Amino acid sequence: MTNQSPILAVADLSVDLGGRSILRDVSFDLYPGQLCALIGENGAGKTTLLRTLLGLITQRAGTVLIGAAPAREHRELVGYVPQKINFDPDLPLRTRDLVRLGLDGQRLGLPFFNGRTRHVVDQALQAVGAEDFADQRVGELSGGQQQRAVIAHALVRKPRLLILDEPLANLDFGSANALVDLLGRLIVQQQMTVLVTAHDMNPLIPVMDRLVYLVDGRAATGTVAEVVQAEVLSKLYGYPVSVLHHGGRILVLPDAPENADVANMNRCAGHGV
Amino acid sequence: MFSSFMINTWIAGTAIALVAALVGYFVVIRHSAFAAHALPLGAFPGAAAANLLGVNPFVGLLVFVGMGVLLLRQLARIGRRDVGTGLLLVLFLGVGALFLSMTSEYAPEVFSLLFGEMLGISDADLWPILGICALVSVVMITIFRPLLLDSSFPDLAALQGISAARMDLIFLSLLALVTASALPVVGAFLVFTLLVGPPAAAQSLSIHPLRSLLLAVIFAESSIWSAIALSYWTNWPIGFFVGMLGAGLFTLARSYRHWSQRERPVVQVSGL
Repeated sequence: MTNQSPILAVADLSVDLGGRSILRDVSFDLYPGQLCALIGENGAGKTTLLRTLLGLITQRAGTVLIGAAPAREHRELVGYVPQKINFDPDLPLRTRDLVRLGLDGQRLGLPFFNGRTRHVVDQALQAVGAEDFADQRVGELSGGQQQRAVIAHALVRKPRLLILDEPLANLDFGSANALVDLLGRLIVQQQMTVLVTAHDMNPLIPVMDRLVYLVDGRAATGTVAEVVQAEVLSKLYGYPVSVLHHGGRILVLPDAPENADVANMNRCAGHGV
Repeated sequence: MFSSFMINTWIAGTAIALVAALVGYFVVIRHSAFAAHALPLGAFPGAAAANLLGVNPFVGLLVFVGMGVLLLRQLARIGRRDVGTGLLLVLFLGVGALFLSMTSEYAPEVFSLLFGEMLGISDADLWPILGICALVSVVMITIFRPLLLDSSFPDLAALQGISAARMDLIFLSLLALVTASALPVVGAFLVFTLLVGPPAAAQSLSIHPLRSLLLAVIFAESSIWSAIALSYWTNWPIGFFVGMLGAGLFTLARSYRHWSQRERPVVQVSGL
């Protein structure tokens, strides 16, 4: 789709954890400026895939290349925003200090600010709209604000790939929309590549270029139109499912019980994916 | 009050308060107050065993506190660090009681290691204390940044190549060293107050990482200086004053933070 080289190239990736096969033959490429959603239910393997991309888990087979080098060698190209963000309310750390630790927290010595660090930190705070609470105790911020602070922490080293684990979980609709807008801006303004995991693809549809749809460790990848089809997903789930479109939103449902295995249906029921 | 005998106490007290504040700063952030309470109690079996074997109590102390660090690390790997810490504490006390029961004579050295002794510091004692304090200060300031990130959010630190296991080992070792250096002055039971009181008070008052560190040092120094002076005038044990001042500082700082926040709307941390 573009003649640039991919920022992230995942090929035939298989991962085992504790003797269990978690991911099987997952392949997808991500190019600069794309937003890719990694969709799947709990236990589908989303977090394992992210941790493998971050170089925290070693795969059984396949390759992960970040900026054309193995994942471990290019950690500085990747920014990561974990799902669980819960700072201690008494922590003597301002939003500004947290962001600064993203820049050079691994270095030795005391974290004094100089002109350059102050400038770079201000830029990152600005990019996520965190100027208003830059000088507040990070543990006293709301959940959405803490998330923004951690995004700024991830952005401050100017990574080329930003990975967010379930950023929309636990956010109210307003905050979720604001976050989706922010991700859209990062892609356009900073040519950032973004990989987001989610249970529900719908909030991300306006900004998403690519989709990796994980079911039980196997993936279908492509654009929304390519992947979210009854035929493709039925094959992935191993039983027939239907794709319903309603007002620009998409619902994936197992077919009626006479056509589908009831046990499988229960597993899938109620998930608006 | 500043006689030649007392000078050693002033110098040692000042050095100890400095490192107690530096290490205590992270004791509070890492929620390790329980470990900071349990580890110094290794002084009890350590001193009792040394008494029994006729060696320097300082050696016995280092051996037991060192074993405590290793045990805590192992227990943390298995899980339930709080339970492990509690058991370690009881283990120390039990073994100490056993060793003490084996000696027929009353052991004043054991008592002074537990509760501190203001006039107990000879010139020969002073140099090891200053050496340890200098080492701990240098290491602490060197690893301040990675340790701060690891203590605030270990997952983010890991992504920057900071090993949580290594940080934990360094931190516990520094804690053990501070304990060892503080014992002759404030004693094993009471070094804990110096470790958590001033830093917790400072962190309640300042949201700035370096300013709250400086404030912790100022609080710790004021506590120990006041305690030495008060102990000199009243002839009451120095540990009593260190304990009272630490608890008092913390209570005042928390109350101030509580009252100053009452006017502001409560920040709702959603989704947690």
